[in-house]
Amino acid sequence: MESKQKKVEAQALASQRRTMLKTGALVAGSAALGFPALVGAQSGPIRIGHLTPMTGFLGALGEYAQQGIKMAAEEINAAGGLLGRQIELMSEDSVNPQVASQKAQRMIERDNVAVLMGEINSASALTISQVAARNKKLFMSIGARSDALRNKDCNRYTFHVDIPVTVMVNAAGEALLREGLVKGKKIYALTSDYLFGHDLSRAAKNFFTRNGGSVIGDELVPTDLTDFSPQLLKIRQARPDLIATNLGGNQVTNFVKQYSEFGLTYPVAGFNLNTADAWAAGEGNLGGYWPTVWHHELKTPGSQAFVQKFTQKYGRIPENHAWIEYVSLKMLAQAITATKSVDTDKLIAYFESEAQFDILKARKAYFRSWDHQLMQEAYPFTVKPKGQARNKQDFLLFGEAVPAANEPLDKLAPAKAESTCKM
Amino acid sequence: MEITFLLEQVVNGLVLGGYYLLLALGLSLIFSVGGIVNLAHGAFYAIGAYVSLEVIKHVGFGASILVTPLLVALLGIVFERYLLRRFYTADPILSLLVTFGLAMVAEQALRMIWGSAPLPSNMPPDFKGNVLLGDFMFSKYRLFILAVVIAVMGGIWLLLHKTSFGRVVRAGVQKPDMVAVLGIKLQPYMTAIVMLGVATAALGGVLFGPIAIVHPAMGTEIMTVAFVVVVIGGLGSFWGVVLAAVLVGVVRGITIYFVPAAGEASMYILMFLVLMFRPRGLLGERIERFE
Repeated sequence: MESKQKKVEAQALASQRRTMLKTGALVAGSAALGFPALVGAQSGPIRIGHLTPMTGFLGALGEYAQQGIKMAAEEINAAGGLLGRQIELMSEDSVNPQVASQKAQRMIERDNVAVLMGEINSASALTISQVAARNKKLFMSIGARSDALRNKDCNRYTFHVDIPVTVMVNAAGEALLREGLVKGKKIYALTSDYLFGHDLSRAAKNFFTRNGGSVIGDELVPTDLTDFSPQLLKIRQARPDLIATNLGGNQVTNFVKQYSEFGLTYPVAGFNLNTADAWAAGEGNLGGYWPTVWHHELKTPGSQAFVQKFTQKYGRIPENHAWIEYVSLKMLAQAITATKSVDTDKLIAYFESEAQFDILKARKAYFRSWDHQLMQEAYPFTVKPKGQARNKQDFLLFGEAVPAANEPLDKLAPAKAESTCKM
Repeated sequence: MEITFLLEQVVNGLVLGGYYLLLALGLSLIFSVGGIVNLAHGAFYAIGAYVSLEVIKHVGFGASILVTPLLVALLGIVFERYLLRRFYTADPILSLLVTFGLAMVAEQALRMIWGSAPLPSNMPPDFKGNVLLGDFMFSKYRLFILAVVIAVMGGIWLLLHKTSFGRVVRAGVQKPDMVAVLGIKLQPYMTAIVMLGVATAALGGVLFGPIAIVHPAMGTEIMTVAFVVVVIGGLGSFWGVVLAAVLVGVVRGITIYFVPAAGEASMYILMFLVLMFRPRGLLGERIERFE
């Protein structure tokens, strides 16, 4: 009994000693840096951890994303920063879902970031949002469009800026219905084999069957596939009335190029195409109706000023991922300024208050309080008739905003009754 | 209909095989003669695609098929003279590291010069569209590629088997010491082999740029398949590489028809089966110094 107590005491002493050592090291460390740790945490720069794919099939979009958010950070810092502190943007390649979550964890633990932002790949956004929830940090998931993230995988710490798959389907679907491409038609689908593709395939199938079309085939393709020739031959054998692509990133580009190379004539539609990928496909290869969350020809003064500044800075026209990262950091800045804090709970409360944000569109946007999705306008686009393009990037023809100005902003988003999001 | 369709997939497999072949042949030659696994081989394919974008602006697509590989071959001289040459007798791990590093440097250089956004590269409008024979349909451009690849491969076969140059190269693969004893220096031959290897890789970039998109990482993406083809084909054999490339292409096409999800895995399964029964590859020769 006595010896046991001694042992406990010895252990306590030892652990005290360890604590002393640790504290000592900490003090010495912060002394070496020239300022005490406590003050440093409050008046140093506001660190923002930014992750986005810079390589792989989404890498080209990631480069736009990084340029967009950098431009916003520079503007904010040039205007004196936030709460008297500068923003320090730590932007890295998220590579894949595993690496993304490791980097997010490291950014929280070692770099002490206030907020996590970014991502385009829905699977990586999912792992980062899990890290954010575990560590109780705010994560602004900017470019990931999977429905699952906003439904069964939603959590209190994650906010979604881009339009989700369901909204994309609804935004471009009306044009397809108008053209009579769905009712009574045979539809052949090609689906990117990862979280986002599966999500998109599900939403598209729902849309087609609800509107009287039948999906006669759905081909899963790996994300790194660049040659679609075996699939194209297969599609031709199936002789569908419409081809629906549920692909991501530069896969759409490759597909439409090879489709036009093979000279197939079935109309192609799809619910995911970024303007950069459309440009890469080139004029004459693209057809069909597509949705987008933003485009560079939007006639609001804010958007035009953004396009001009971005083009001047980087020597190319911004596409939707550059814009969305830019406005996301501006939204966060608004929240930090309004709450006078970088505290996670206060920022969440501000976003959940359905505060209005100017995102350079005709109508202001807000985060829906119960599932954290940004409610905003979207735009359908198609391709200009041949010979009307003024330059290599001018062959897209953008439609009017949906929902229309007199309709509620959440018209295209799934209603609360359909949602499976529980926070 | 089933038969026509299989035929289409076989022709498609031949085209894909031709594509893999353009990369794998140079890889195999450089390894067989110089003993170097050139991990930077894909970079020359990417460089070929990018250079052709510029060349097309000046001389058009047709001439670019000739001019671009020639330009990249000149780059190959520099690559061989100032880099590879130092590693022929060194520990193989060193050349692996150097070429691996070079592949990354090349990819970043492409990114710095042309940006990381994929560039559109369009084939001439005359090549677009398909050839229709009864129910058999195929892309016109890909048939053209097939013809070019067959012509190039025919030329290389003649070079290796019907000329004194080819005799020295083949002897150099088997018995480099004997060649040296006969008073023949292998180094100029090695320069020529590297030029030939990187030029065919660049030709792949020129021909396949308009099908896929031109982007900096395209070289890294193709390397895995090229290695699989070389391994299946076996070292030191021209026909081994040809056979393996065609086999990988056709097997992939047919697998995608029957079991779409296994399309990408098919070539690894093929490699596994071949290596189980023929560890040296399909037609691989026994090369003493690699045993």
